[in-house]
Amino acid sequence: MSLLTLENVTLRFGGLVAVNNVSFHVGEGEVFSLVGPNGAGKSTIFNLISRFYDPAEGDIRFKENSILKMNSDQVPSLGIARTFQNIELFEQSTVLQNLLVGRHRHRKTGLMAELFFAPKVRDEERRHREVVEEVIDFLELQAYRDKYIAGLPYGVRKVVELARALASEPKILLLDEPASGLSVEETQDMIFWVEDIKKQMGITVLMVEHDMNLVAAVSDRVLALADGKELAIGTASEVQSHPAVIEAYLGTGERIGDDA
Amino acid sequence: MRFVFKRSYDADINLFKHKPQAMWYLALLALVVALPWMLDEFFLGEATNVLIWAIAGMGLMLLVGHSGQASLGHAAFMAVGCYANVIMLERGVPFILSLPLSGVIAGFAGVIVALPVLRLHGIYLAIATLAVSVLTEDFIVIAEPWTGGVVGLVAPPIDVFGLEIDRYGTPTEFYFLCLIVTLVVLAGYRNLLRAPLGRAFVAMRDSEISAQAMGVNIRRTKATAFGLSCAATGLAGALLGHYAGAFNHETFNLVLSIQLLLMIVIGGLGSIHGAFFGAMVIGLLPQFIAISRDGISSAFGLGSVTIPGIESGVFALILISFILFEPLGIYGRWVKIRTYFELFPFYRKDMFKRQKSYLKTERMR
Repeated sequence: MSLLTLENVTLRFGGLVAVNNVSFHVGEGEVFSLVGPNGAGKSTIFNLISRFYDPAEGDIRFKENSILKMNSDQVPSLGIARTFQNIELFEQSTVLQNLLVGRHRHRKTGLMAELFFAPKVRDEERRHREVVEEVIDFLELQAYRDKYIAGLPYGVRKVVELARALASEPKILLLDEPASGLSVEETQDMIFWVEDIKKQMGITVLMVEHDMNLVAAVSDRVLALADGKELAIGTASEVQSHPAVIEAYLGTGERIGDDA
Repeated sequence: MRFVFKRSYDADINLFKHKPQAMWYLALLALVVALPWMLDEFFLGEATNVLIWAIAGMGLMLLVGHSGQASLGHAAFMAVGCYANVIMLERGVPFILSLPLSGVIAGFAGVIVALPVLRLHGIYLAIATLAVSVLTEDFIVIAEPWTGGVVGLVAPPIDVFGLEIDRYGTPTEFYFLCLIVTLVVLAGYRNLLRAPLGRAFVAMRDSEISAQAMGVNIRRTKATAFGLSCAATGLAGALLGHYAGAFNHETFNLVLSIQLLLMIVIGGLGSIHGAFFGAMVIGLLPQFIAISRDGISSAFGLGSVTIPGIESGVFALILISFILFEPLGIYGRWVKIRTYFELFPFYRKDMFKRQKSYLKTERMR
């Protein structure tokens, strides 16, 4: 069953067409990757799904329902969680507090109950904490639990972003370049984690990534984009060997022969 | 160094991290309760003043320090609380109702002001709230039948179930009234910070975009922050009315707004401690200047020399030195000193340096 569907989505910034008539669907339990050169519109698609941008045309559906009528703060309530390419953590808070913000969509208590810290609030806090601790165990963040983000190295911050998204118990996880800036070992960890997220947790993953090792290792299907347009869709190897994709990354190749 | 062994999640949920910490705060509370028997009437009045500043400071700290929204107009909400309280008292509402209601009214005033200015950020928000402060002053003058115009109002004595509370007649009772309000506001504030809404405030301050992506409704959360902040400030305003006895539109002028902001910056943004430290500085400094001036002039036989503007001068000097040398405020300095001894000899000078190496993009605004 298709969990997330984009149908003929177009987004223009003035004269620039950032996303041009893009359609794809992400099936339940799938790892779906978006690849393409810089400026292809990959992150823009994420921001469309997060409702930071309004598409000029087309429709975005979660399960059967269009999300275009929702505000960006209502999207997470569907079970759509995301990370950001340029790490958007809450710097002056600890890792634990960051992950607890990830639980915000499950908030059940109102202002008054929280002002008086009613017993219900405490129960909820314990429950949130249990979920967060599971995520901490899964991503091996125990050592950083009470550390402030401002003092953490880049690689750990990337993991904390992933953890915060997972803490919201999403149905679909949007990962914006999870491996950018990570070392080889850290990327290897990321491969295992994405596989486990898919297999153990049963969470669907939509990913933007440049590292083809990661993409090839975990993706069920890959969509290549360039200049906002779809180039090719298929398995990682199919897309990598597709002539249009090679052209987009490397040029047409005609000039090379001339120069040599 | 102390190692706290946590045995349940409650260790992170409870108000105090460990027993000794709770004991210290209990000792502080005991000291504050014993204060009327330790100080004479004048200094007890000053202590009351500090408490009132601290309540207003907590209000502003919630908004500026924890939610990241600037406000240069909080004197306006003090005025709303103050006038609302006295107007209700004059019309026969008992104090036990009029005080909380004045907080509620100031809170709603805050929400009403917040709604149109929610889209503004930083300096623009500061200017918009500044305008609110100026407008409120004029409005008080215009609404003469209610507010007494430029003549102002006189706060009637407080009567709580037959117990008469008056700033000059019964200073101890008035002190305890202010202390109770302080503790109630403090408890609410602390509770909020360990609950989802408090985390949403901080999240909104540090990254609106990702707070939104976590499901935080930015508009509603900002309005709530404004409302709660203005409610606490309104309570402080109501108490200030009784403390000052008589007040008019000039009591709540722009200088008060700036002093409020100064207070939390000097105290240390982003911590409740900061509100209290700042209140001590702002509340006690004028008296400190006056006393030391008298001391100096009598020591040198200068007679009673008054230097106009010395108070503002010293305030400005203190603020500038804080921004230059200790942007984290008094509380920040205290945390550094404590960490130095906790980690001795491993404290590093740049331990509290803010890292700016991973800049956030604001490209989606």
